[in-house]
Amino acid sequence: MTPEQHERYGDELYEALVGRTTVAPLTEREPDIRIEDGYQIQQRMIQRRLDAGERIVGKKIGVTSRAVQQMIGVDQPDFGQLTSSMAFEEGQPLPLGGLIQPKAEAELAFVLKHDLTGPGITATDVIRATDYVVPCFEIVDSRITDWKIRIQDTVADNASCGVYLLGQTRSTPRQVDLNLAGMVLERNGELFSTAAGAAVQGGPVNAVVWLANTLGELGLPFRAGEVILSGSQSSLIPVQPGDRMTCSIGGVGSCEVVFTKEAA
Amino acid sequence: MNDSTTRKNSKSVTLSEPDIDSLADRVLQAQDAATPIGKLTLDYPDMTIADGYEVQKALRARWVARGERVLGFKAGLTSRAKMEQMGVDAPGFGILTSAMARPENSAISVTDLIHPRVEAELAFMMKDELSGSAVSVDDVLAATDYVIPALEIIDSRFEQFKFDLESVIADNCSSARFVTGGRPMNVDQLDDLRTLGVVIEKNGNIEEMAATAAVLNHPANAIIEIVRHLHAHGESLPAGSLILTGGVTAAIPAAAGDSMVARYQHLGSISVRFVV
Repeated sequence: MTPEQHERYGDELYEALVGRTTVAPLTEREPDIRIEDGYQIQQRMIQRRLDAGERIVGKKIGVTSRAVQQMIGVDQPDFGQLTSSMAFEEGQPLPLGGLIQPKAEAELAFVLKHDLTGPGITATDVIRATDYVVPCFEIVDSRITDWKIRIQDTVADNASCGVYLLGQTRSTPRQVDLNLAGMVLERNGELFSTAAGAAVQGGPVNAVVWLANTLGELGLPFRAGEVILSGSQSSLIPVQPGDRMTCSIGGVGSCEVVFTKEAA
Repeated sequence: MNDSTTRKNSKSVTLSEPDIDSLADRVLQAQDAATPIGKLTLDYPDMTIADGYEVQKALRARWVARGERVLGFKAGLTSRAKMEQMGVDAPGFGILTSAMARPENSAISVTDLIHPRVEAELAFMMKDELSGSAVSVDDVLAATDYVIPALEIIDSRFEQFKFDLESVIADNCSSARFVTGGRPMNVDQLDDLRTLGVVIEKNGNIEEMAATAAVLNHPANAIIEIVRHLHAHGESLPAGSLILTGGVTAAIPAAAGDSMVARYQHLGSISVRFVV
């Protein structure tokens, strides 16, 4: 695809985001679209957000479980970029009104204290560069009609990122075996599902390693202070205003989110 | 399961003593010879859950008569993953005997099993007796000596591992072998028995993972259910009992040559390998 096409699709997705509408899958309209094209389109979509006054605050890693990778026929994750308007803190109600077709995912987030510059990054580098880890919710959303995404569509659409909410209880990879840290997810007081850190690329640190090296190859920076959502340890959970969800991670802590109706 | 319209009273024993004895002999023969049989409800369509437990009681008498020691109990079908895998909607309980125990890291023969599957569980060793119909999670924890990882090798005696609750209870809830290992811990050394992560690998590949809340929202609830079940039969759970609280994930098929490792948060790991 040409740079002009990247720009046009990036603008289209940005306008869908702002207008809370959806567009037909790019893969239906551009049969030859490649994952690399998707990242170029994502860059344009993000540039529009930066032009509107937002800041980059981190990254999200998607398509991290083997089940989801098999479902969409890929053997690696993808990533999207977190901007300042997506960030919520525990205790703030999370408004769904600004989103189109939201679904919740429970994850472990990393916050870096050193820059990580790939390629060549390994797990031990990630542990050294991590300031803390914290349970979080990511509310994914798709600007593609009915979530009919292939990998190129979701990459172009900023890895289906919506908003995210970080908990307040922190730990570090030096105190917890994150691969074995159990996750218990509850919705409205009922057990919804359980998992362990190994659900994400065999362990969340592995996902961050992949991200650091992938960003390095693309020449994108990965800075101290950035938040990294390391990938869902749950299935996609449909959410409604009034729902209360809690994610507890053994040895790390917990995070609660209450969804409300109004727009952000 | 039964048609809801003809749902019988699961609490009443309907089979005669000779029928119960003959079913216990049939199940024991299938267990010992590793030959599958049809569901018992094919021959006894009106069989109840209470009948299933009567067959289990007759099995227990046969095991004790040949020198096995009763160690405690197992809860089965306690996670949603297990209930969905087996198509039942309630847990069941079985008896653990010394003949089922195997050492950590041992080679387990599949020749004397029909279609073994492995599940990872949290096991409890009890230091005090528990009884009654109103035991709480705190009561269970106070009566617990320690918790320890366990791998259970289950093996239904029913063809294609297909059964109903009545039949599987008569088959001692598919008990076959079990292994305890890793690091025993006092419950007060663990801040939370619900968020312990468990990751199961087969031949180096991650197969399943869960947190221990997958079992009835808290594994101690499995013990509450066992105590309630025993109470209904006028019994209590003795001090010194070992309890397997049920698989945290769906069970994983095992064949000769397979090696399995379950890694537990804070509690170490257990491994077993399967041989001919």
